[in-house]
Amino acid sequence: MALDKITQVSGRGVYVPGNDIDTDRIIPARFMKCVTFDGLGEFLFFDVRHTPEGKPTGHPIDRPEHKGAKILLSGANFGCGSSREHAPQAIHKAGFRAMIAENFAEIFFGNSTTLGIPCVNASREDIAKVAAAIAANPALEVTVDVAALEVRFGADKIKVTQRETARDALVNGRWDAIGELLDGVPAVKATAAKLPYLAA
Amino acid sequence: MPKSLFEKVWEAHSVRKLANGQTQLLIGTHLIHEVTSPQAFGMLRDLGLKVLMPHRTFATVDHIVPTNELVEPYQDPLAQAMMDELRKNCAQFGVTFFDRATGKQGIVHIVGPEQGITQPGTTIACGDSHTSTHGAFGAIAFGIGTSQVRDVLATQTMALGALKVRRIEVNGKLRAGVYAKDVILHIIRVLGVNGGTGFAYEYAGSVFDGFSMEERMTVCNMSIEGGARVGYVNPDETTFAYLKGRPYSPQGAAWDAAVARWKSFASDPGCRYDDVVKIDAADIAPTVTWGINPGQGISITENIPDPAKATSDDDKAGIIEALAYMKLPAGAPIKGTKINVAFLGSCTNGRLSDFQEVAKYIKGRKVAPGVRAIAVPGSQIVALQCEKLGLDKILSEAGFEWRAAGCSMCLAMNPDKLIGDELCASSSNRNFKGRQGSITGRTVLMSPVMVAAAAVTGHVADAREVFAVN
Ligand code: SF4
Repeated sequence: MALDKITQVSGRGVYVPGNDIDTDRIIPARFMKCVTFDGLGEFLFFDVRHTPEGKPTGHPIDRPEHKGAKILLSGANFGCGSSREHAPQAIHKAGFRAMIAENFAEIFFGNSTTLGIPCVNASREDIAKVAAAIAANPALEVTVDVAALEVRFGADKIKVTQRETARDALVNGRWDAIGELLDGVPAVKATAAKLPYLAA
Repeated sequence: MPKSLFEKVWEAHSVRKLANGQTQLLIGTHLIHEVTSPQAFGMLRDLGLKVLMPHRTFATVDHIVPTNELVEPYQDPLAQAMMDELRKNCAQFGVTFFDRATGKQGIVHIVGPEQGITQPGTTIACGDSHTSTHGAFGAIAFGIGTSQVRDVLATQTMALGALKVRRIEVNGKLRAGVYAKDVILHIIRVLGVNGGTGFAYEYAGSVFDGFSMEERMTVCNMSIEGGARVGYVNPDETTFAYLKGRPYSPQGAAWDAAVARWKSFASDPGCRYDDVVKIDAADIAPTVTWGINPGQGISITENIPDPAKATSDDDKAGIIEALAYMKLPAGAPIKGTKINVAFLGSCTNGRLSDFQEVAKYIKGRKVAPGVRAIAVPGSQIVALQCEKLGLDKILSEAGFEWRAAGCSMCLAMNPDKLIGDELCASSSNRNFKGRQGSITGRTVLMSPVMVAAAAVTGHVADAREVFAVN
C-alpha cells in the first residue's frame, strides 16, 4: 500500500478560537448514527455553527472568505474527549488537510495522523500571528511544512513542533500503519504464543 | 531493575519496532461496539482482510440501544441499521457478540469486567475513550479510533509510542459522603483536563488499596477526562477475588497459575516513575462540576468561580464561556442550583454498588415534583442483580424510571435526551456542551448519591445534609 509522502500542505487558513474544543463539539454524537464516514463534513462543528433554531451563527468556517480553506487553526487541547474518529473524519471531509494548535489531545492526534492530516503545535503568540495575517488577508496562502517544521504565510514564518514518530510517518508515507502491521503478523503470532491468555 | 506495571505489560506485548520508532503492540483483548466498528469492518472488507483473532474479539451494543424499547425493529431506523450492521459483522467475522438476547449485553466497559474478560497484565483496546476503565484490573487499556479498530481486527496489534507513567497516590481516609467519583473529579480539578497528555496514570495509595473493583473502575474510567489515555491500579487480592469464577476467568489449576502471573505484573517497589503526585484523602469533598469540561469542578460547599477573580486570561475566558453556556451566576453557591433531570447510570457509575448506595439513602424518599429522574443499569446483569435485591422497586417508588441497560443519557445517541436548556444532575463522565442530546442542555457531574440528593430536593444539594450522612 503506497501512501503519499506528506511533506507540506498549502492552502488558505481559518482560525477557530478557543481552548479545550472537544470532539462532541467537533461532531455531535447524533451525527454518528451512521455506518460509513461519508457525508460527515457538513456536520463539522454543527452545533456551534447553528442556533438551536437552525440559523447560521456566522462561524468562521462558514464565512464566504474562508470557503475552501485547507488549514485549521485553534487553541490548546484541541480534540479532547471521545476517541471518535468521526471528528478528524469530519474535518477531513470538510476539506481540511492540516491543523495548527497549541497542542492536541492524544487520541485525536493519533487518529488525525492515521488519516494523513498533519497536526502541528505552535506557541499561542505564533498562532495569533498567523490568525492576524489570515484576518487581514483571508486569501493568504499558508503552508504547513511538516518536513521543515515551520509554517510559512506571506513573507513571514513561524516554527512549529510535532511528535517525531508522527512527522516521520507523514514525510515517509507511512502514516497509515496497516501495511507495516500486516507485515508483522508472523511476529505477532510468535509474541502471542508466549502469552497464556491468548491461547485459542 | 524494578519496573512499573506499565513497562512490564508493554514489554510482554511488544512485537517489534516500526520504521518510525513506534512499537507494534499486541492487543490481547479487543472490545467493540456498534458506533465505532462498522466503518472498520467496512475497511477490512475493502482490503480483503479477516479478523486475525476472532476469539479475542468481543462485541456488545450500548450507545444506540433504546432503554425503554426492547422489541426490534427499533423506532429509530438509524439505530436499527447500526444494530443490524454489528450483528452481520460479528456473524461474518466470527466474533462473539453479547447481543440483548444473551442476557449479557451492556455498556462495553461494564461487560468486559463482568464477564472476566478484563484481566491483569493484559492489553485491551476498544474504539471508545473510556476504555481506560479496564485499567482498574491492572490491564493497560487504550481507547482508539476507527482506523486502529481496523488495525486491531486485522493484525491484533496497533502502532503506538510508549507513554510516561505518573503515579497518583491518594492516602488517608475519605470523609463520609465522599466517593470514588469525587476522588477522580478532584484529581482532574488538580491536574487539569490535559494534565495527563502523554501519561499513563497509576493510581495508588491507601484509598485505592481499600477501594472495591467497582470504585477503582469509576476512577480509571475518567482518566481520559484528565487527558491520560491510560489509567490503572496494580492488581491485588481485591482484583483476584472479583475475577474468581467469572465466565472467562481461568478455572481450576489454570486459576492459580494465572494469579501468580497476574501478581508478577504489579509495579515493583522502587520502580521509576516519570512523575509522582500525592493527594491527601481528607482534602477531597463531594465534588460537582459547574462548567463545560470535567476539570471545571468545585466542592459542593464552594461558590461558582467569578471571572473577575480569575488567575489568568485563559482562566477568565474559560469561566466566561462556561458560565454563559451553563447560565449560572458568577460567585454564587453551586448548592441550590435548580435541576430538571436526574440521571443515574453510565460506564462511570452504572454498576451494582452505585445503585445499592443510592437505594440505601433514597428509600422512602420522593423525587421532587417537576424533576425527571431515570436510572439506567450499565448492563443486563447489573439490572438483574438490582432487581433481585429489589433496588429497582426502591428507585421506582422514589420516582426514578427504571430502564433497560445502555449508555442512555450519557451521550444521548438513543431517545434519552435533555430538552432545551434543561439542567441534569448526572452520574456520567462528560459535561461538554450539548453532550446529553440538546445543544443547550446543561450537565452537572457528580456521584450517584449526590444525584439522588439533587433528585429529592430538586436542586444541586449536599448529600451529607440531605441524607444525614456522617
Ligand atoms: S456510558 Fe457514556 S462514556 Fe460510557 S461508553 Fe457509553 S457513551 Fe461512552
